[in-house]
Amino acid sequence: MRISWIIAAACSLTLGAAALAQTPPEPAPGQEGEDGQLVVDVTGGRRAALPIAVPHMPTPAASDTPAGNTQALGRQVAEIVANDLRNSELFTPIGPGGLNAVSFPQVTAPDFPYFSTTGAQNLVQGFVQANPNGTLTIGCYLYDVAAGSELTRQGYVVAPRDWRRAAHRCADTIYSRLTGEGAYFDTRIVYVSETGPARRRIKRLAIMDYDGANHRFLTNGQWTVLTPRFAPNQQTITFMTYQDERPRVMLYDLDSGRTRPLVQQPHMTFAPRYSPDSRHIIFSMAVNGNTDVYRVPVGGGAPQRLTNAPGIDTGGSYSPDGARIVFESDRGGSQQLYVMDADGSNQRRISFGGGGYATPVWSPRGDLIAFTKTGGFRIGVMAPSGAGERILTGGGYAEGPSWAPNGRAIMFTRGASSGQLWYVDVASGATRRVPTPLGGSDPAWSPLRE
Amino acid sequence: MKRSTSLVAIAIALILSSGCARRNRELPPQPVSEDATSEANDGMGNEGVTGAVLPGSRGDFLQSVPADRILFDFDSYSLDDGDRRTLDAQASWLARYPNVRVTIEGHADERGTRDYNLALGDRRANAARDYLEGRGVAPSRMQVISWGKERPQVPESNDSAWAQNRRAVTVVPE
Repeated sequence: MRISWIIAAACSLTLGAAALAQTPPEPAPGQEGEDGQLVVDVTGGRRAALPIAVPHMPTPAASDTPAGNTQALGRQVAEIVANDLRNSELFTPIGPGGLNAVSFPQVTAPDFPYFSTTGAQNLVQGFVQANPNGTLTIGCYLYDVAAGSELTRQGYVVAPRDWRRAAHRCADTIYSRLTGEGAYFDTRIVYVSETGPARRRIKRLAIMDYDGANHRFLTNGQWTVLTPRFAPNQQTITFMTYQDERPRVMLYDLDSGRTRPLVQQPHMTFAPRYSPDSRHIIFSMAVNGNTDVYRVPVGGGAPQRLTNAPGIDTGGSYSPDGARIVFESDRGGSQQLYVMDADGSNQRRISFGGGGYATPVWSPRGDLIAFTKTGGFRIGVMAPSGAGERILTGGGYAEGPSWAPNGRAIMFTRGASSGQLWYVDVASGATRRVPTPLGGSDPAWSPLRE
Repeated sequence: MKRSTSLVAIAIALILSSGCARRNRELPPQPVSEDATSEANDGMGNEGVTGAVLPGSRGDFLQSVPADRILFDFDSYSLDDGDRRTLDAQASWLARYPNVRVTIEGHADERGTRDYNLALGDRRANAARDYLEGRGVAPSRMQVISWGKERPQVPESNDSAWAQNRRAVTVVPE
C-alpha cells in the first residue's frame, strides 16, 4: 500500500529556513474521522486519564539520515509522543513497548480489534520516511479504537535536525483534537542554569526543548544572569545580567547570539517582560532606593514611568490583550498584587489574603494570574479580579511561575539556594521535576513555535 | 570584647595572607567595638597584618573601621545606632583618603522573591550611601550595586545565616 500526500499550501508552516511543512495525507477511503465530542474533561476536576495506545512507528524503507536510521527514529518519535501525552496528566499512554508491531501498510488500516484488547480508547500511529531531498516526512494519525474510525491526521516534512519537533507537533495535534484546547509540546524553555557554591554561584542562560532535549547554553557564566523571558515572537530573549558589574536588562538575539542593553541608564534595571505584540518591554528600575515599573519600546527610546508610589513596584506582566499590567508593590506595607491599565492609570489592588504576594504572571488565556505567595513560598493562582485564590504547590520553597502557552501548566523554581525546575498541572496540582543538566531557576516558557 | 577583637584580627590576617578575598567575605559580621581596630593591628603576630598595609588601601580600611558592613532586620532597610557608628567610622576614614572611591553592595537573605530582593538590596545600599553622604562623603565617590539574594555571606537557611546575609557592605578597592 502506498501512502500519498497532498501538500496543502494553506496549511504549510515555516520554521525559519528549515521547512516544517505540514502536509495532510490524502484521507483513506472509509476512514473519515467524526468531528466531535470532547473526550477529555479539561475544565473541571480531573477525570481518569485517557488510555491511548502509541505503538512504534514503522518506516517504508529503513535508511540512514543525519538524525539516525528511520527505523530507530520511528521508535523514538513514538516514545516522544507517548511521553508528551503522559506529561500532560490527561492521558495514560499504552506502549510503545509491549505493543504488537505495526507494519507500514497498517498505519492507515489499524488493527482495531487488537488495540481494543489493550484497553486503549484512542490510538496514535505514524511513520518516518527519508525523502530524496534529505528531509524527513513524519506522519501522524489519530484513531478512535471503539468506533474504528480516524479522528485526524497530520504530516510533517522537516530537516533531520528538527525530527523531535515533528514528534512534539504530532503530540500537539493529538492533544488539541482530544481536548479541544491549544497545546504546548512544541515549545522551549529558557532558564538560568546554576552550578557551584552559593556564595559564588555560576549562572548561565540556557535554552532547551520543553522536555529537556536540545539543551544548550547561551552565555558563558562569566557574569551572573537572572530572569530571562521570551519575546512572544521568539526572536529575542530579554534578561538581566551583571555584565561589567552593571546590573541591567539586556536583549539576546536568538539568531545572531548578540546582546545589547535595553536602555542606557546609570541605575539598575531588572525584571523585564515583553508586551504581547513584542514591541514594548516593561521593566523595573531602582533609582536611589525607589523601584518603579517603566515601559520602553524594544527598539529604544525614553522609558515611560508607569508607577510612582514610594516603595518597591516591580514584577510587571501584561494581560494577553496588552490592555492591562499586573505588578507587585509594597506601597501598602506588604508585597501585594495590583492591576493597572497599560499606560499606568487606574492602579488598584487585587490581592488581600494573609501574607505577601509576588511575581504575578498573567495566564496566556487571560483567566488567571499566577503568583508566588511569599509566606511559605508557594505557587498559586487567582482571577484577575483577585477572586478564587488557589494554592497549587505544597511544601518546599517555590517561586517564579511561568505559564505554558495553553494556560494549563506552570513551570517554576523550587529551592532557595540551589534551584531546580518544576512543573505543576493547574487543574490537578500534580507536580514533577523538569530535568536539567545542572541546577536551574527562573524558567520561562516559550509560546508554541511556528 | 577581647575575643571578638582577636577574631577580627585573625580574619583580617587570613584575608591579607590569602590574597584572594576579593570582597572581604571572610570577615565575621558586625564586630563589637570601635577601639578594636587599634589592637587588631598588633595582634597575633600573623604575617600580613603587621606587614605593609598601604594607607588608603582596603587593608587599611578594614583595620581602621569597626566593620565594613552593616546588617539589617528582615525586610528592613533602616539604620540603628550601631549601624550609624559603623558608618561614622567609615566616613571618617574616607575623609582621610578623599581620592578613594567605594562601592556599596546591598544584599538580602533568601526569604524574598528574586526581583523584590534586588530592589531591597538597592534600598539597603542606598540607605548606607545616603548616610555616608550626610557625613560628608561626596556622592561621586560612591557607587551602589544590589546583589539581591544572589551572593549570600552564609549559604545556610537559618536565622543566623539570614541575619548575616541582610547587609550593606562598603567595598574599598584593593
